Amino acid sequence: MSIVLRQGLIIGPTSSVIGDVLVVDGTIADVGPAIDAPSDAYEVDARDCWVGPGFVDLHTHLREPGREAAETIESGARAGALGGYCALVAMPNTEPCLDNVATVSYVLARGATTPLDICVAGAITQGRRGEALAPMAEMAALGVRLFSDDGIGVRDPSVMRRALLYANPLGVRLAQHCEDEQLAGGGTMNEGALSSRLGLTGRPALAEELMVMRDLELVRATGAAMHFLHLSTARSVALVVAARAQGLRVTFEIAPHHFTLDEQCCEGYDPAFKVHPPLRTRDDVAALVAALRRGDVDAVATDHAPHAPELKDLPFDEAPAGMLGLEHAASLTYEALGAPQCDPAVFFQVMSRGPAAIAQLRREDAPPRHSAHGGSVAPGEDANLTVFSPSTHWTVSRSALASRSMNTPYDGRELSGRVRATIAKGRLVVDQEVLT
Amino acid sequence: MITSLRGQSLLSLNEVSRDAILEVLNTAESFVEVNRRTIKKVPALKGRVVASLFFEESTRTRLSFETAAKRLSADVLSLAVASSSVKKGESLRDTIATIDALGIDAVVLRHRSSGAALQVSRYVPHVRVINAGDGQHQHPTQGLLDAFTIRQVLSQRRGTTGLESGGELFEGLRILIVGDIRHSRVARSDIAAYSTLGAEVRVCAPGTLLPDDVEQWPVTVATDFDESLEWADVVGLLRLQAERGSGAFVPSLDEFTFTHGLTVERFARMRPETLIMHPGPMNRGVEVDSRVVDAAAAIVEQQVANGVPIRMAVLYLSVAGSGESS
Amino acid sequence: MSSKDERQARSRGLAFFAKSQLMSADDVTRALRRMSHEVVERNHSTESLSIIGLQSGGAPIAVALAGYLSEISNAPVTASLLDVSFYRDDLSHNPVPASSQTSIDHDLTNRTVVLVDDVLFTGRTIRAALNALSDWGRPRAVQLCVLVDRGHRELPIRPDFVGKNLPTAIDEAIVATLDGVWIGTREET
Repeated sequence: MSIVLRQGLIIGPTSSVIGDVLVVDGTIADVGPAIDAPSDAYEVDARDCWVGPGFVDLHTHLREPGREAAETIESGARAGALGGYCALVAMPNTEPCLDNVATVSYVLARGATTPLDICVAGAITQGRRGEALAPMAEMAALGVRLFSDDGIGVRDPSVMRRALLYANPLGVRLAQHCEDEQLAGGGTMNEGALSSRLGLTGRPALAEELMVMRDLELVRATGAAMHFLHLSTARSVALVVAARAQGLRVTFEIAPHHFTLDEQCCEGYDPAFKVHPPLRTRDDVAALVAALRRGDVDAVATDHAPHAPELKDLPFDEAPAGMLGLEHAASLTYEALGAPQCDPAVFFQVMSRGPAAIAQLRREDAPPRHSAHGGSVAPGEDANLTVFSPSTHWTVSRSALASRSMNTPYDGRELSGRVRATIAKGRLVVDQEVLT
Repeated sequence: MITSLRGQSLLSLNEVSRDAILEVLNTAESFVEVNRRTIKKVPALKGRVVASLFFEESTRTRLSFETAAKRLSADVLSLAVASSSVKKGESLRDTIATIDALGIDAVVLRHRSSGAALQVSRYVPHVRVINAGDGQHQHPTQGLLDAFTIRQVLSQRRGTTGLESGGELFEGLRILIVGDIRHSRVARSDIAAYSTLGAEVRVCAPGTLLPDDVEQWPVTVATDFDESLEWADVVGLLRLQAERGSGAFVPSLDEFTFTHGLTVERFARMRPETLIMHPGPMNRGVEVDSRVVDAAAAIVEQQVANGVPIRMAVLYLSVAGSGESS
Repeated sequence: MSSKDERQARSRGLAFFAKSQLMSADDVTRALRRMSHEVVERNHSTESLSIIGLQSGGAPIAVALAGYLSEISNAPVTASLLDVSFYRDDLSHNPVPASSQTSIDHDLTNRTVVLVDDVLFTGRTIRAALNALSDWGRPRAVQLCVLVDRGHRELPIRPDFVGKNLPTAIDEAIVATLDGVWIGTREET
């Protein structure tokens, strides 16, 4: 089976060139100005499109096992493919949670039946309870490279320090959801004048920033590597950027909702806008966008968090936190990067190359692994490619999403730029903006 | 900004204009007279259906609203939460849809979640929604009845009527609100009503019970409780939830009484004409001393009594002016 | 136009524009004096009368009428006021009328009620008033006294005492006060 992408702008880490890409048997066979493809090759018209390494999402809640009504590994993979993703890192807060070989193996096995590479982030602590460490070495032997108790942070500093010390020689990376739950105090939106007026308990920026500060010091003390999940405040980002510049082995991601939506969205008490960490102030949104444009951000990650519709029909404080992300993350990132002036190299850096490096999915990373992601568009590379059309405009419709859930905060919003085709593990899974 | 409640839902007092508030107060004067009649019932809402949905128990507010609706000749559908399917996991949207299917003109909603009234008004845009208290957000009819009571009492003392006093009586009136401002929907509605009417509002509370953004509220923060008691023309006390005084927000109820309770000693130093108000039910011996309660009882009872005419006025303006009956 | 209609009209952005004056203040005084004599003649005394003015146009007229009745009978006659806003049958399709005070302080059982209004038009205000009165007991009789009857009745209601009959077109408006009576139109302001 061969696929040829015709006349797209091929995005390299530093330069871009218009040309064809030939994929044969799961591998990029040839890249050139005009390739003489085999007669049976499937042709994809990539004119006016960007062709780059397939997107990697570091932060997907696939809900399986446990809450298949909201999402399954299969439906999440379809949503991811439509969003241009070739690899997803499944977060461990399933029921039961991914804190042992059995549940991790289950998700990996289920994931292998989908067209994408489904990776797993294992839990740091047993049951994500923040007490005893989970068997990280056993899970690492299955290929798990990221560990997180996401949904909550590891509250106890001694547990977190031990986890960092244990993880470091295993060559895996801990990923922290930075929010001190005691300080966030059961809050439901950003703490400030608006939460006070709305009578909603706030989650202060401080709850996030304090844990970022603490963990930076733990990283400094242990020498371990660490990834900060969905940073949402200007200060959190500044802290991690500064620490990284000092040589600490830290990376961070930001989520599209945090750089496109602010706390004002909560004014109508619509639970579609409830998320942890919460939507912050306009100034925070501006700071995140600025960091993205400066190239300071390691990765854009979706924190795709499906919830069954009935749960989002509850009052704001009773509804679960989280929103969908996979299917519109690329468009939102493209817009935030200043569409149509968006620099495609930065775009593919935050959507693919950056996250692939953090998830250790590159060719040079130690096996075992899935196919390689986030590399160059060059012969010999595994064929994980995304074709993105910057000139396409489309409107989000919550009932037209591939996800099993509908809790998008962008329903009805017109977006710029859309994934036209996704080639994952050498197969064309999305063509002409629809699943094949 | 709502400039008149006619045909409108009442979700919050934040967006209600001075004229609209005065319209409710003036209409309530008419209903005070109706409530003095032998036959305390008028046919204004005959054939209309008002659903009373209390997802959080409050016998007083519920009785007050239902009495008001009945005295306007409306049919009252009353949902008893304990016996409904709400506890079986039915979503708020489904519950409202079920009630709406029975044909209703208005919903009176009490809910423990902030914003529930606004959410319901989105689910059933053709139904008028009267917020009877949502979480820590708003309790607009309490704010209206507190303003009404102040106007009534002060007018009587000046030998005039509330109607004649209009809104001028509130200009520069010094109102002190004491207690758990942070968690209080009553405080939010009271402050909105008083400040819109032109009163000068001070709040006084332990630091943990002040809202985080209090500097953006239309109030000043008093640091000296005793001085403020002398300053005030009206003192509004708030109920302190016992769990907030158990080390969570203040070290103990006794400590709260020590710093912010209206004790006999403090009461003795107040000007005799100062009005003491409380939305009830009172914690005797916590925010207010038992003996002070007895001295202030008349006004507090008047607040309770005014609940019915104020809620009649709100229902009348909101529902009678809402177009054809469904 | 009655002042109640006028209020409703105003809330729709309409105002009264006078075309011509039909009664002067003196004419109104004479008509009220005559009607007060007719009331006494019909009822023999003022002792069991309850004079009730309809808010708000009928209120000053009822107060004036009660004054003349006091003079004639040499006994104090006071007017009560009744607001019928809450009894109207058009609440659901007209703007909600602003309510005014009602001040009936006695039981009407076995009293003869004289309802007083400024203008009698469709009769719907009077119907609402008759409904309202029953909440204060069972009057022996109810009589109706109006300064102007302009016709166009929609209900079987007729006045007992009329200051002046004024045939009008349906789209004309009447304003009747102690200061005089005018005919004109309602127009957008």
